[in-house]
Amino acid sequence: MRLLSPCAAFALLLALAPVSLAAAPAPPPERQAWLLRLLRQDCGSCHGLTLRGGLGPSLLPERLAGRDPAELARIILDGIPGTPMPPWRFEIAPEEARWLAERLVEGRDR
Amino acid sequence: MIRRHLLALPWLWPLARPARARDGATCRGTGDLGLVVERAHGSVLRFETSTPSVLGRVEGLGDLSHAAAVFSRDQRYAFLFGRDGGLTKLDLLTGEVVARIVQAGNAIGGAISGDGTLVAVANYDPGGVRVFAAADLAPVADIPAGTADGGRSRVVGLEDWGPRHFAYALLDGDEIRLLDLTDPARPYQRRFPGIGRMPYDALVTPDGRYYVVGLFGEDGLVLLDLWAEEPRPRRILAGYGRGERPLPVYKMPHLEGWAQAGDLLFLPAVGRFELLVVDRRDDFREVARIPVHGQPVFAVARPDGRQVWVNFAHPRNDVVQVIDVPRLAVVAELRPGRAVMHLEFTPRGDQVWISARDSDRVVVYDTARLSQIKAFEARTPSGIFTSARAARIGF
Repeated sequence: MRLLSPCAAFALLLALAPVSLAAAPAPPPERQAWLLRLLRQDCGSCHGLTLRGGLGPSLLPERLAGRDPAELARIILDGIPGTPMPPWRFEIAPEEARWLAERLVEGRDR
Repeated sequence: MIRRHLLALPWLWPLARPARARDGATCRGTGDLGLVVERAHGSVLRFETSTPSVLGRVEGLGDLSHAAAVFSRDQRYAFLFGRDGGLTKLDLLTGEVVARIVQAGNAIGGAISGDGTLVAVANYDPGGVRVFAAADLAPVADIPAGTADGGRSRVVGLEDWGPRHFAYALLDGDEIRLLDLTDPARPYQRRFPGIGRMPYDALVTPDGRYYVVGLFGEDGLVLLDLWAEEPRPRRILAGYGRGERPLPVYKMPHLEGWAQAGDLLFLPAVGRFELLVVDRRDDFREVARIPVHGQPVFAVARPDGRQVWVNFAHPRNDVVQVIDVPRLAVVAELRPGRAVMHLEFTPRGDQVWISARDSDRVVVYDTARLSQIKAFEARTPSGIFTSARAARIGF
């Protein structure tokens, strides 16, 4: 929770900004590192450390080609009811989920 | 001074140094050896529990996320199952890779037959079980996990329970299968469909009698009595959640290695902060629920059954709790480091080895005093496996 507030403030700033941004704003560098580590280590519990899939499907770019990052971000935040995919909203902010989803689709998550 | 003089006498050397075999390898036993998986680096650390100390690192083993190991009956060789379908036979004494194959695209674990001759791997892709000779990893049998709709299911909960008998479950097929490889050329299977939604892992009790399968899609577990003439799956702990919505699960519980202490079996309540305790001698009825720190991932009984040690799912994974079995209550809480992944006891239970992934550390505890004996650096350590598993059914 403590980590959300700076990001929430950032999101608010963006919402007030007069420009509309297509890509998600980049989280601060240390938060990026934390997100990418979470992706490898904890998403990796089910999707595999190399994201080749396991209990959860592969998250490699060839498998995500054509997927809308906004939709993937919503899955990250809310999970998929009836499956083991849990909601991550409690520790990942919406714009962070969007940033992560874009990285996954583009294969820039290393 | 005296010491220097003694060392100068060559005839004393054999007493002071470990014996050496003719081939030059140090001659030692293997009953106190083990491996720590460094999952993000495709490597393992070899260790021994007598000093205790780390003996060395073996690299180049592929994707070791969720990697697990079983052991040859002479406790010299480990068979390491990688996520990427890699199967490695490793010499615990020398650290040498004796044989290595990539047998599938995605695997989840495996088992070694009771007679020590066959190593079976549970595969996600292509879904099924592949069996190899323990001697040289030559292929022996390929058993696809076909489902009713013509597809293939991912295989979970592959366990040994007899000389050449295995049990496994179909994650996408809601089915248990018993595989008899007495004649490897003619695999004989018994199928038990419709056991419940999404079996995710399983265990065999230490006596090899019961196969217990956890379900993700329903509150309850499935029990199969392997000693019965006609085994019939039956539900235990049905509706343990009592209709309440479970919490999201950030790491699935693992069932293999789950605790049996005396007649009591400690089982995870998926998505809940509790352990469920059933009594084998009372028809597997629930006898207690123990509130714990988070969602349990592993609950492992100390070999004497006096304690059960529990670790937890993300994000409450910096804590290990110790349950006193006679009191059925948490009596201690330890913090070995960040992101505790796994725990492994020495055969008599005097030590427990615990991996703390995000602290890059393995901590060894004295289980009687609940105090730290030693800590070792390791790179993102996950699973810890000791050679003593060789002698245990279902490990």
